[in-house]
Amino acid sequence: MQGIQMDLLSEDRLSRMTTVEKVRFILDEVKSGKILVLERGLTPQEEASLIEMTMTLIEPDDFSGIEMETYPAHEDTSIMGKLFKKQPKTRLTVIGPANKIKTLRKDRDMITALVSATK
Amino acid sequence: MGVIRSLKKNFSGFFRKLFNKKNARIGIYGPPNAGKTTLANRILRDWTGDAMGSVSNIAHETRRARRREGVTIQANGNSLTLDVIDTPGLATKIDFHEFMEQGMNEADSKRRAKEATEGVIEAVKWLENLDGVILVMDATEDPFTQVNVTVIGNMEARNLPLLIVANKIDLPESAPSTIRDAFPQHPLVAISALEGNNIDTLYEEIAKRFG
Repeated sequence: MQGIQMDLLSEDRLSRMTTVEKVRFILDEVKSGKILVLERGLTPQEEASLIEMTMTLIEPDDFSGIEMETYPAHEDTSIMGKLFKKQPKTRLTVIGPANKIKTLRKDRDMITALVSATK
Repeated sequence: MGVIRSLKKNFSGFFRKLFNKKNARIGIYGPPNAGKTTLANRILRDWTGDAMGSVSNIAHETRRARRREGVTIQANGNSLTLDVIDTPGLATKIDFHEFMEQGMNEADSKRRAKEATEGVIEAVKWLENLDGVILVMDATEDPFTQVNVTVIGNMEARNLPLLIVANKIDLPESAPSTIRDAFPQHPLVAISALEGNNIDTLYEEIAKRFG
């Protein structure tokens, strides 16, 4: 059967990894053609590292990069939240090979993506 | 390494506040073709009579970060000296075929793609060395791009000031209110970097936000 593998990754699975391990793992999986849905997503710094590392792997006619989409984090507007500003909470993230996944629409709470088996 | 960098940043911020030194290193960020270099050129022409770099409709025209030190802006009676860093457009994918569709030959397209990837790496590295960011968005495009979300998230995580610029309001299809609704927690100025519309308001906001 032909198709595209989609892995749904729990927060626990990624929380045991360092940033480098996460980025390496994600890119290995995506380069092999998989689409990943991360339950807890990545921190903004991890997203930046992932973009940086992706750029080092781009090769003409082989790997053109990733499609990655995350919702914007909700801001804690409570007084306590503003007083004790914490790291922004991460949210669900979808990552896949740029030649197989295309974001059709994204807003604050919804990501619509088209997945294609052909290049 | 992270701890040392954090300590350095805290000390640098402390001494800047202590001596009230109004000098900030500001990065101009955004997706390709949002108008970052057009804005950088506008700022430099207005305050130094010079320009930062060339602009083009083909994405990734800026493939190296360009830095101009000591740009003094005056607004509302305040004077603020900035180091302005014009960064290459951030992207998660770069396909040389897209340059070929713009009329470039294959060799040039592959070369530009290679340089563009290096530019993105450089832009990401600069994120860690700034006092604040001007995030330029194309007001005719969907604001919920990963690049915008990532840049905003990084500034919020570092607790650094961010100013959103909704560019291209000279175009009839522009909708800066869409950007304002998408990211209401940050100040926004709607401008046309090309035509200079509302540029004085931008300078006032820069002085207020980064001063």
